[in-house]
Amino acid sequence: MTSDFLTISNLFISFGGIKALQDISFSMAQGEIFSVIGPNGAGKTTLFNCISGLYRPDTGSIRFEGTAIEKKKPHAIARLGIARTFQNIELFSHMNTMENIMLGRHIHMGTGLFRGMFMWGRHSFAAREEIRHREHVERIIDLLELQNVRDFPVGALPYGTQKLIELARALALEPRLLLLDEPCAGMNQEEKQDMIFWIKDIQDDLGITILLIEHDMKLVMDISDRVLAINFGQPVTLGTPGAVQQNKEVRKAYIGEEEQDGPSAVG
Amino acid sequence: MDMKRGYYEDVQLVTSPVVFFWLVVLLVTLLLFPFVVSNYYVYVANYIAINIIVAAGLNLLVGYTGQISLGHAGFFAIGAYGTVILMAKAGMPFLLALPCAGLVAAGFGFLLGLPALRLEGPYLAIATLGFGLTITQVIGRMTLFGGREGLHAPDLVIGPWAVDTDRQFYFLLIGMTVLLLLGMRSLIKTRVGRAFIAIRDADIAAQTMGVNIVFYKTLAFAVSAFYAGIGGGLYAFVLRFIEPEIFTLMMSIMFLAMVVVGGLGSLMGPVVGAGLLCWLDLKLRNILNIPFLGDWLETLSRSWFSITGVSNIQYIVFGSIMVAIMLFEPLGLYGVWLRTKQYWRTWPF
Ligand SMILES: Nc1ncnc2c1ncn2[C@@H]1O[C@H](COP(=O)(O)OP(=O)(O)OP(=O)(O)O)[C@@H](O)[C@H]1O
Ligand SMILES: [Mg+2]
Repeated sequence: MTSDFLTISNLFISFGGIKALQDISFSMAQGEIFSVIGPNGAGKTTLFNCISGLYRPDTGSIRFEGTAIEKKKPHAIARLGIARTFQNIELFSHMNTMENIMLGRHIHMGTGLFRGMFMWGRHSFAAREEIRHREHVERIIDLLELQNVRDFPVGALPYGTQKLIELARALALEPRLLLLDEPCAGMNQEEKQDMIFWIKDIQDDLGITILLIEHDMKLVMDISDRVLAINFGQPVTLGTPGAVQQNKEVRKAYIGEEEQDGPSAVG
Repeated sequence: MDMKRGYYEDVQLVTSPVVFFWLVVLLVTLLLFPFVVSNYYVYVANYIAINIIVAAGLNLLVGYTGQISLGHAGFFAIGAYGTVILMAKAGMPFLLALPCAGLVAAGFGFLLGLPALRLEGPYLAIATLGFGLTITQVIGRMTLFGGREGLHAPDLVIGPWAVDTDRQFYFLLIGMTVLLLLGMRSLIKTRVGRAFIAIRDADIAAQTMGVNIVFYKTLAFAVSAFYAGIGGGLYAFVLRFIEPEIFTLMMSIMFLAMVVVGGLGSLMGPVVGAGLLCWLDLKLRNILNIPFLGDWLETLSRSWFSITGVSNIQYIVFGSIMVAIMLFEPLGLYGVWLRTKQYWRTWPF
C-alpha cells in the first residue's frame, strides 16, 4: 500500500467566526474505503468541498497522486480523476437519467463547439462520440439497475433513485478517487443494503478508492478499512473501525447521539 | 425490454417515418410559400426568419444556460453594421462578410460574457442593457458607421446570383435559418449543449464533473451573440438601409419576449415565439383597420385616452396578449407545441 494517493496536511478553513476545519491531516491508500464520521456540523462536507475544489482552504495542503490540488478549480480536479456525490442531491433536474450520467463523460468526450454543431448523420464525429459514450453509460445503468428510469427526467424520480443516479454520474467520470457524501441518507433498509453492495463492488471490481461520509455507524463499521472521526472541525481519532468505535470521545460525541436520533440524522 | 438500443436514436433528428414525412412537408411548404403568397407576406416571412435566428441564439443563453441579456439589439447592430461595412468598405463578398460580422459580434459577446461571470439575475440584466445602449450610441457617433445618417446596404450578389427581390432573399434566408437551427439542435444534443444545460440546472455539480463554467458561460454568450450578429447582417438587406435608431432597447426586449413567450429552453420555442410576436407586431400596426374591433378600440381610445392613445393601442393589445400567454401557458407556446406534437404524433398514418 502506498500512502501518497491522497494526502491532506494541516488543513484549516473558517467562515467568519466559524472554524469549520482545524488542523485536519490524514492520508489515504489507493484502493481503500476511508470513512469520515462526526456529528452534524462537524465539518465533513466542508472537507469534501475542499478536496473537490469548491472551497479553498485557508492553510494546509491537499495532494492527490503527488499533485497539489488545494488551489485548483473544481473542473481541473475532476480531470485529475476525483468525482463526488452530494449530500443534498445536485442533479440536472431537467435532463433525463441517461443525459445526467452522460454529463459524467464530459471530460472523456472530444466534441467541441464546431463538431457539436455539425452532427450530420450517424457517421459524423459528434454522433459517433454520442454513441460510444452512451454505450459506456449503459453499462453503468446496468450495473446500478437504473434501466427502468433511463429515459425519465430525474426531477420527478424517488429520492433513493436520485441518489443512485448521482453515484452513476460520478462513476461515469471514471474516477480514481470517489467522494460519497452520505450516500445512504434517507434510504430505507433495503436500499441501504443495495448501496452497501454497490460501494463494495465499486471498490473491488472497479478498483476505485472511496472516501465516505456516513451517519449510519453500522454501515461505516461494516465496509470501511479505516475511519476518521472529527468533531467541531477537529480530528478526534483515526484508525480501524474497531479502534475508532472503542474511542471514548467518539462514543460520547457520536454514538451517544446516534442512539437518540440516529435515523433522522440526515443533516 | 429492448436489450440492445441504437444509441443514435437518442440524438437523431429523424426518429421515425412520421417525423420524416412532416419534415418533408415542412420543407416543401417553405419552398412553395413565396410562389403562392403576395409580396408583402414574403417580406413578413423574411422578417420572421431573421427574428427566429436571433431568438434561437438568445434562447441558448437564457433558456439553456440560465443567463440573461437585454442587450441583444447591440449584437444585432454589430452584425448589421459589420456586414455592410465589410462589404462596402473592405470589398468582401456577402457570404464572407456575414460570418465575419457574426464573429465580431461573437467577440463582443465573449467580452460581455466576462463580467457576466460575476453577475447574476437583475445585475446581469442591467449590465447587458448598458451594453446594448452603449453600442447604439457609439455607432451613432462614428463617421465610419455613417453616424445618425445611417448606411445603405450595398447590392447583394452571390456569385452569379443577384439577390434583389424579397422573394430571392427569402430563399437565402430560409436556407440560413434552417442551417442555423439544425446547428443549434445538434449543439444542444451533444457535449457542449449538455454542459450548458448542466450549468443552468446545477452549476456546482457541473463543475465537479469537469465542466469549466467560466469557459462555457462565456462561450454561451459568444455563440448567442454570433446568432444575433448573423440575424443583424441579414436584416440589413431586408431594410436596405440601417441607422442607429433601429437597434433600440425595445428591440432587445422583444427578442427576450419571443424566447420567453415561445418557451425557454426548448428548440421550437424561439421559432413559434418569434413567429407569433413578429406577426402580431405587424398585424397590430393596422389594428384599427380590423372590422368591429378596430372601430371599438378607436371609440374606446377617443373617450378614455389622450390624443396619442390611438397609436399606442397596439402596444396595449400586444402587451395584454403576452400577459395572457404567460398566465395560461407558463411553459410558453412550447407547452402548446408539446400537446400538439403529441396529438399529431402518428397522424395521418
Ligand atoms: N459556505 C459556508 N459558509 C459559512 N459557513 C459554512 C459554510 N460551509 C460550511 N459552513 C459551516 O461549517 C460547519 C461545518 O459544516 P459541514 O456542512 O461541513 O458539516 P457536516 O459535518 O457535513 O454536517 P452534516 O452531518 O450536518 O452534513 C457548519 O457550522 C457550517 O455552518
Ligand atoms: Mg454534511
